[in-house]
Amino acid sequence: MNAPWAMLAELTHACPLRCPYCSNPTELAARSSELSTGEWQRVFAESAALGVVHAHLSGGEPLLRPDLAAIVAAAAGEGVYTQLVTSGVGLTERRLGELAAAGLRSVQLSVQSATSAESDRIAGVASFAWKERAADAVAASGLPFGLNVVLHRENLDAVGEIIELGLAWGVERIELANTQFYGWGLLNRTALLPTREQLARAEATVTKYREKTDVELIWVIPDYFDGVPKPCMGGWGAISITVAPDGRVLPCPAAYALPLDLPNVRDHSIGWIWEHSPAFNAYRGTDWMGEPCASCPRKELDFGGCRCQAYALTGDASRTDPACRLSPDHHLLDDLAGGGTWTFRQPAPTVGGGPGSVRRPAPSAGGADRSAP
Amino acid sequence: MTEPTTGPTTGPTAEPATAPTTGPTTAPTIWRPVLSRAAMLRHDPVRQADLLIVPERIVVLNEEAAAIVGLCDGERTVADIVAELPEGVEDDVVEFLDRVRAEGWLR
Repeated sequence: MNAPWAMLAELTHACPLRCPYCSNPTELAARSSELSTGEWQRVFAESAALGVVHAHLSGGEPLLRPDLAAIVAAAAGEGVYTQLVTSGVGLTERRLGELAAAGLRSVQLSVQSATSAESDRIAGVASFAWKERAADAVAASGLPFGLNVVLHRENLDAVGEIIELGLAWGVERIELANTQFYGWGLLNRTALLPTREQLARAEATVTKYREKTDVELIWVIPDYFDGVPKPCMGGWGAISITVAPDGRVLPCPAAYALPLDLPNVRDHSIGWIWEHSPAFNAYRGTDWMGEPCASCPRKELDFGGCRCQAYALTGDASRTDPACRLSPDHHLLDDLAGGGTWTFRQPAPTVGGGPGSVRRPAPSAGGADRSAP
Repeated sequence: MTEPTTGPTTGPTAEPATAPTTGPTTAPTIWRPVLSRAAMLRHDPVRQADLLIVPERIVVLNEEAAAIVGLCDGERTVADIVAELPEGVEDDVVEFLDRVRAEGWLR
């Protein structure tokens, strides 16, 4: 068994943004359940000993953790390279200075669209002014600076303007991530789904900009449209671990929804979880595959696609990802039509939880959003 | 998502030696290569390998490549680096350094 290379550390599910495409689970981990600073220190020590050398510090909005600098220092102390994945809300020059001093290596800033009005509309909260301020701070810091935007029906036509915004902000890399449909994104799938024409136009725009700029433009393909499933996570339990705010450990950040008994760092070591937990062994390798994957020449290339998507769409996580044109379930994606209204992400309830419980209104400021895996 | 890539794992000696038409040796100031702020070079005791880690990638270096990158301290010139390596590899080293700079991992 190979050692894991990378960790996605979801430090909190709290977020001031309410993006309807968020891949966080619809049942967010409550703040009161979050790992302590000391628990994160242990997670990084155990993960580094196992082989993790790279961590995305994400959420939710990781800046909502007052101990973020201590968490960065814990990772850096174990030799783990850290990248902050943030909405920029709360990222002042002073806060960034503290994080850099603690050993932070890189920043990825999200934006929802190219203009203040559109970005704030999609985020569900006024946040663009914070992003501009954060962009200034990151550019001034000299840290590697990436921009991340999740693309969907409502902003794909602005992809050129979004690239221009990144160039004006002085970024080195722009991740143009087409929405993947997990968590809140699955809930809002209809409203987020683009048209083929939109995608073709946007991709042509990206191609044009690749000739004009040295800034790295990463186009994350939409996996409902190509008939080829993504090699999700580079294989189940093969490269990466996700640690949830409450200590649950997942092979994939979308795996909250699967009927798995997720191990927790409060009960087990990272080493045991990686090597022996039923969750990490459930879809590892290729032995679990049925047809058409088992006899497919691409099974070592795409690993049957995404388990979470197979489960979300068919109710059986061991089936071929319906995004694959060879899947007997591929027709599930054929007749989807986009449009309609969306449901904004809401915060976790303070007490209890679960569908149908009364939810608090969203807070008014601060936070990070994330694209899917 | 981060993933291990093969990147320049083959190191300089496995690449065809082509003299760069532009590059550090013809620049008006003498280039003293140093890792960019994006890049971290470290030994990985778990895998017994040297790694170059950047925001979205992990590059596994072979022994030769790691030796060259390890000499990029911002003090040594390209000529200094070549002088510390086995004879006959100059073109390959220059080409390798250029390639790593083009990736943005050296400045």
